[in-house]
Amino acid sequence: MKILVCISNVPDTTTKIKFTGDNELDTTGIQWVINPWDELSLTRALELKDSNPGLIESVTVAHAGPASSEPTIRKALAIGADSAIRVNAEPLDAFFVAAQLEKVITEENFDIVLCGIESSDFNGSTVGGMLAEFLGYPSVSAVSGINIENEDIVIKREIDGGSELVSVPVPFVAIVQKGIAIEPRIAAMRGIMMARKKPIKVVEPADVNALTEVSSYEMPPEKEACKFIDPDNPEELIDILQNKEKLI
Amino acid sequence: MENTELLKSGEFLVREVDPADVFIPEEYDEEQIMIAQTCKDFLEAEVYPKLEDLDKGDRELMKELLKKSGDLGLMGISVSEEYGGFGQSFVTQMLAAETIGAAYSFSVAFMAHCGIGTLPIMYYGNEDQRQRYVTKQATGELLGAYCLTEPGAGSDANSGKTNAVPSEDGSHYILNGQKMWITNGGFADTQTVFAKIENDRVLSAFIVDTDSEGVVVGPDEHKMGIKGSSTTQIYYNDVKVPAENLLGQRGQGFRIALSILHMGRIKLGANVLGASKKAITDSVRYANERKQFGTQIANFGAIKHKLAEMVIRTFAAESSIYRVSKDIDCLIEKYVAEGCDKGKASIDAIAHYAVEAAILKVYGSEMLDYVVDEAVQVHGGMGYSSEMDIERGYRDSRINRIFEGTNEINRILVVDTAMKRAKKGEYGLFEEAEKLAGNIAGIDVYKGGDDDFFTEKSGYIKNMKRTALLLLNAASTAYGRKLVHEQEILNNISDIIMEIYVAESTALRVKKIESLKGDAGIFRDILDVYVYNAVQDVRRSALDAVYSLDADNKDELVKAVSDLSEAAGVNVKACRRRIADKLIEDNEYKF
Ligand SMILES: Cc1cc2nc3c(=O)[nH]c(=O)nc-3n(C[C@H](O)[C@H](O)[C@H](O)COP(=O)(O)OP(=O)(O)OC[C@H]3O[C@@H](n4cnc5c(N)ncnc54)[C@H](O)[C@@H]3O)c2cc1C
Repeated sequence: MKILVCISNVPDTTTKIKFTGDNELDTTGIQWVINPWDELSLTRALELKDSNPGLIESVTVAHAGPASSEPTIRKALAIGADSAIRVNAEPLDAFFVAAQLEKVITEENFDIVLCGIESSDFNGSTVGGMLAEFLGYPSVSAVSGINIENEDIVIKREIDGGSELVSVPVPFVAIVQKGIAIEPRIAAMRGIMMARKKPIKVVEPADVNALTEVSSYEMPPEKEACKFIDPDNPEELIDILQNKEKLI
Repeated sequence: MENTELLKSGEFLVREVDPADVFIPEEYDEEQIMIAQTCKDFLEAEVYPKLEDLDKGDRELMKELLKKSGDLGLMGISVSEEYGGFGQSFVTQMLAAETIGAAYSFSVAFMAHCGIGTLPIMYYGNEDQRQRYVTKQATGELLGAYCLTEPGAGSDANSGKTNAVPSEDGSHYILNGQKMWITNGGFADTQTVFAKIENDRVLSAFIVDTDSEGVVVGPDEHKMGIKGSSTTQIYYNDVKVPAENLLGQRGQGFRIALSILHMGRIKLGANVLGASKKAITDSVRYANERKQFGTQIANFGAIKHKLAEMVIRTFAAESSIYRVSKDIDCLIEKYVAEGCDKGKASIDAIAHYAVEAAILKVYGSEMLDYVVDEAVQVHGGMGYSSEMDIERGYRDSRINRIFEGTNEINRILVVDTAMKRAKKGEYGLFEEAEKLAGNIAGIDVYKGGDDDFFTEKSGYIKNMKRTALLLLNAASTAYGRKLVHEQEILNNISDIIMEIYVAESTALRVKKIESLKGDAGIFRDILDVYVYNAVQDVRRSALDAVYSLDADNKDELVKAVSDLSEAAGVNVKACRRRIADKLIEDNEYKF
């Protein structure tokens, strides 16, 4: 079986997001990383390969993005993916990305496709579902565990108040959330050295258009300063709540 | 780089360097960044959650964490591929050392194993010794310690009493003696032990397996800081050391010890950098959270001053450390191209830069002590609470001024080594100094004025160099060979030389940033304040020296030194505020 992990290239989660005057993301000083859910999926994929060496033949990562995202792809190779595919295009929207991944998957025949439940930049949460639909594969959402038992795939998913176990035939798409692996795997020195030699296949994008376009970004309103009231003066608090804020 | 282009150790005092020829951290490649990230990920996942347990002196936990870092390959970074390592460049080794440096006691244990624990065998061992030990040390299967210090032999390391006597059949040595302050003593499997063979006056080095009969390891010392690092005494009672475990030649021990110390010193310079950046990040995060008088304390000028000064010194140390690291890489390449074995090339290249190693050790350890002290202050009362990392950082910092050669010993080494190299004819230090001294009234003093920013800074740095040369000449003339007994004056000169190297490295870096990015922006502020401070500090040290000298031409010297330390004023408040504001905005050290 061949596993494909779809990875997205996102700003490190501690980044302070800023925009330039023309409403473009200001990328100066941003450290780009593998989307956290994808990194956990990759970790689980590698664990499955390690514990089922005969069964899982390879783990590949796929990414739709420009050449500037290759360091993130190489990081995935350093963590342990065997090979990578990059669709040479700006990831315009979820529809566009899902269409690109569909092309990659139909060309290379992967059995298990893992997608993060969302990416930490745009949080669209739609690529995985669209991709399964395009491919005509079964999809399982909110996946928090994947195991192989006697060559059968058993998936654990979170439901309200508990979890359920689902078995699913290959090929399928799993839309993965936290819990799939405990901690992301750290790239070991050997992996980092080997990443140089592993192939990144660059493919041209499928000819589709994006369906949506971002017209502008807005920052959340600044939090207003907290007003401190002297504890010896509760009348002031009542006055504010009653007359200024009209809450009581 | 060509031989002629490579700067010799200490030669910066008499030679100008082009920014294009220095390496700056802005030039790390993708792989170096990835390796640093792996070190950081490892600390965050494995070490930081266990700092408190480590500080309780849990040897088993420390061992377990060291082994885990070995599983990731981190212990093999400095070891050649033939011996199971990853043969990384010196710059990469230093970057890894810097990153791990943010890990308190773990960093000390890790560095002791990877550096002084492993590299003596890697660099001086024969093939058999490297195969038997280094291949296992590179993965953490064997953990190492370095045993030089004895109760009666600290700074005077060659005075040790540990003794080795060859057996009659020559198959082994019988080792007797006592070592003290041995890092990783509590769990190391392999020790590099320095001892004198029979009545030799000089040391030899041995590889000793801790499980040999007669090796007794004492309990852990109770220490002020780095409490998680195991430090013990070790006793050797008629220990049989196989003859094949003699490291290098008989009598070569002191040389091995010194070369390894040069390496340890320079790596300590990288370590403290990581610790400093962590303390700065902790401080700015606290300052951004803590409110007094209705506002975050980060908004107060006094706090901004501290934050900015912490950044400036850290940035300056960093500029110097990676500059010399790349010089070392170039020298290694040159030695290897000349047919030298990689291990020998590495240690010879590191030992070559002994002046810079001593500078970075002293400057770095004092920089970190300054930073952690101010960091505690930024935290106010919370800085004194064991709940905060900075309380640990403050205690853990202090050791750096003591081990790997005390700062007193290293200050003397800075001047002494530069003078020895010059005497060997490596560069014309004395000739330049004589030229200046021969015409003190006519010294070409850089006066500042309308020059562009970088010309002005390098003009002031040239003035500092002239000051150092003048003093070297005056002190040598006044005391001749007795100069070694004038440690106060040597210290003054040493402080000036250190300022020169650090200020020049910072200037070269900022200028290179400007040529790479168009505008060095905030980095200009850093350089502005740094050079302004350095000029004042050099003036003070130089005047201290001159007033203390037994010289006939004191007045002339005082005037020259005063003229050489005139510099245009800088609005340091505005510069520091801009630097602090960037730190406050980033909420972490990101320079
Ligand atoms: C936590 C810790 C870990 C250590 N780890 C190791 C290790 O792994 N392996 C190892 O071999 N050693 C280790 N050491 C020993 C360390 O290197 C020595 O402590 C250090 O070299 C100083 O020696 P000393 O303590 O005997 O001080 P001393 O040499 O007695 O020095 C006392 C003071 O006198 C000054 N002084 C001494 N000589 C001179 C001089 N000629 N001129 C001017 N001033 C002078 C010193 O600078 C210092 O201020 C460790 C020490 C500590 C505390």
